[in-house]
Amino acid sequence: MRHLGIVATWLIIFLLVGLNSAGDMLTARAMRRVGDFAELRRKAGILGVARAVLTEPWFYLGLLAMGLSFFSLLAALSLIDLSVVIPASASLTFLLNLLGAKFFLKEHVSRRRWISGMLVLGGIVLLRT
Amino acid sequence: MSFLRYFLLALIVFGSTFGDVYLAKGMNQIGEISPSRWHDLLFAPLNPYVAFGIVLLMIFYLSYLASLSWADLSYIMPATTFGYVLTALLAHFMLGEHVPLTRWIGIIMITAGVGFITGGPSLTVIPTPEGVSPHLEAHP
Repeated sequence: MRHLGIVATWLIIFLLVGLNSAGDMLTARAMRRVGDFAELRRKAGILGVARAVLTEPWFYLGLLAMGLSFFSLLAALSLIDLSVVIPASASLTFLLNLLGAKFFLKEHVSRRRWISGMLVLGGIVLLRT
Repeated sequence: MSFLRYFLLALIVFGSTFGDVYLAKGMNQIGEISPSRWHDLLFAPLNPYVAFGIVLLMIFYLSYLASLSWADLSYIMPATTFGYVLTALLAHFMLGEHVPLTRWIGIIMITAGVGFITGGPSLTVIPTPEGVSPHLEAHP
C-alpha cells in the first residue's frame, strides 16, 4: 500500500463501489422501463429503440454515475495499488448489486440466484487473491 | 433463449475484458500522467491501443444495455463475471502464467455459478390481468 492511510483507502474504495453499483442499478432500471429491444425494434425500428433509450431520464442518471465511477477508478488506481482496488471493488460491487437488485429494482432474487451469486462472489475473491 | 441473446452476453464478456486489456496497454505506453499535466488525458484516445479499447468498451456498453432490456440485473451480473475466468485462462494458456490452486478453485466456482444461473429464469415476471407480459420469458 502507498502513503494513504487505511481509512482514506477504504473511503475511496467505498466511493468507487457506490458509484459503480449506482450506475448498474440506474441503467438496469432505465432498461426495464424502456422494455425489450427486440420487441421495440419490430414495432418502431432501430431508430425507435434509440429514441426510447435517449428519452429515458434514468438512462442519463445511470450514465452520469458510470462516468463518475470511471474517473474515481482512475483516481483510485493512482492512489492505491491495483491488487487492492480491483478485488475489493469487484467483490463489494457484486454484493451491493445483488442487494440492490432485490430491494431497489425489486427483482425476484430466487434461491437459485442467491446460490449462484455466492458461488460467483467466492470465486471472485479466490481469483483475485 | 435465442442465439442472439447468448451472443450479446458473450459480447459483454469479450468487450469488457479485452477493452480493459487494451486501455491498460495503451495507458502503459503513454506512461504516468502527473496532476499538472492532467490535460494529457484528453489526448489519450489518440493512442491506437486506447482508441481500440474505447471501441471495445462501447461494444460492451451497447450489448449491456440490450441485455438489460430483456433480463434482470441479478441475472446478467453473474453471467458477465465470466470475463474473470477468461482472463485467468488467457493468462495461463497464452502467457504461460502460473495459476495457483486457489485460483483454479475460483474459476470452477464462477463457472458453476454462471452455469447454474443461466439455467434459471432471466426476468422477474410481473403478473398482469391479461396474464404475464408477452415478452417476459419465465423459462428461456
